[in-house]
Amino acid sequence: MAQSYEIDEKKSLTSKVVTLRIARFNPEKDSDTKFMEFIVNVEKWTTVLEAILDVKQHFDHSVAVRYSCRQATCGSCGMVINGKPRLACFTKVSELQSEVVTVEPMHNFPIIRDLTVRFDRLFNTHHKVKPYLIRDDSEITSNTKEFLQSPEELEQFIQFSNCIKCGLCNSACPTMATDSSFVGPQALAQAYRYVADSRDKGKDTRLKIIDESHGIWRCHFAGSCSQVCPKGVDPAMGIQLLRGYMLGFRS
Amino acid sequence: MNPHDEHKEGIGGMANPGRYGIERVAYWLMRLTGLGLLGYFVAHIYETSNILKGRVGWEEFLALTQTTEGHIFMTLVIGMCVFHTVNGIRVMLGHGGVGVGKPARPDYPYLPASQNARHKMGIYSAIVLAAVAMMYGMAVMFGE
Ligand code: HEM
Ligand code: SF4
Repeated sequence: MAQSYEIDEKKSLTSKVVTLRIARFNPEKDSDTKFMEFIVNVEKWTTVLEAILDVKQHFDHSVAVRYSCRQATCGSCGMVINGKPRLACFTKVSELQSEVVTVEPMHNFPIIRDLTVRFDRLFNTHHKVKPYLIRDDSEITSNTKEFLQSPEELEQFIQFSNCIKCGLCNSACPTMATDSSFVGPQALAQAYRYVADSRDKGKDTRLKIIDESHGIWRCHFAGSCSQVCPKGVDPAMGIQLLRGYMLGFRS
Repeated sequence: MNPHDEHKEGIGGMANPGRYGIERVAYWLMRLTGLGLLGYFVAHIYETSNILKGRVGWEEFLALTQTTEGHIFMTLVIGMCVFHTVNGIRVMLGHGGVGVGKPARPDYPYLPASQNARHKMGIYSAIVLAAVAMMYGMAVMFGE
């Protein structure tokens, strides 16, 4: 299926030609992934997602890709671009500095079709760490009507609430690459986000959940999660701070 | 591929040190040297158990380490030992939350604070110290 097609509708004085290689795989029909090649014209600002959508619009509508916001907010278009997990909408073709752009589905997620993967496991592990404030009272019953927090207390976790659940970190993680039960950097970073929140009272419950054989101790601090995170969440930092706390190095 | 395949990257992806900077290289070297040292440890117990065969058996086996191959092998062991120990101290500090940066509002280009110069220096020091120790070891062994 490695045929080449040319779309020249987007040709301009400033455009450049690149080869876009798209992984095609339908688990219900195909035995193997095959690559389709398309010759696309891109400008300096063209994103990988736009190039893929060009292919869908002008040549092959059947390419399966998930996207929504096109501005790194929804976390839908994570895929492996030239070997590394990235958001297609947040990666310009020009920044890859390559004449060939290869797009594949994210690793460590089951493939639905082509570039689209299942998120069940990520949502389950995210849910597993109880990503919400745990306490007996509610803002409605408290006298202040809201749980007060100082700017310093907010700084402790605000970085980690930037997570858009795109799954790039789980796709880059070397432990996820071989361990089907690992809770993963995304969920561990969220465990830190709530443990570090001064309004939360569920620390013990949450730490018990991640203190298991496929939990936090499987992290080896390779840092790949943080290097691919498009929102600056830095899961590796959260995990080490959490572990430092569990080991008694930090209070 | 089976429709229910998890599409895990597998050992090839886990062990590929090329894509994620020096930190992933350190992760890979730590595994490799850990396993290498484990292998050496088993071989070392086997080697020293030769003493049960008396002085002749012991010396016969020890002669193996006095060959060029033996010297190269020992040089590798020295390198593995030094890298594993120095990087092991860095990793233990990191695992304890030491030197991994402080939470702060991230801003574009979102460089992760945990992948900072302190830890990179730790990794490069481990590599340089291992190289120096290997060179010293070679000078002693081959200089006899
Ligand atoms: C002072 C000496 C040593 C220190 C400080 C040290 C430290 C460490 C640390 C911190 C780890 C965990 C790394 C991670 O989380 O990725 C580790 C892993 C390991 N170490 Fe050591 N170690 C030392 C000596 C040894 C020796 C002598 C052996 C062999 C007999 C050994 C074999 C291993 C193995 C097999 C692993 C597992 C590798 C992995 O899972 O990535 N270590 N070491
Ligand atoms: S931590 Fe970063 S890479 Fe991981 S899911 Fe959240 S936003 Fe995506």
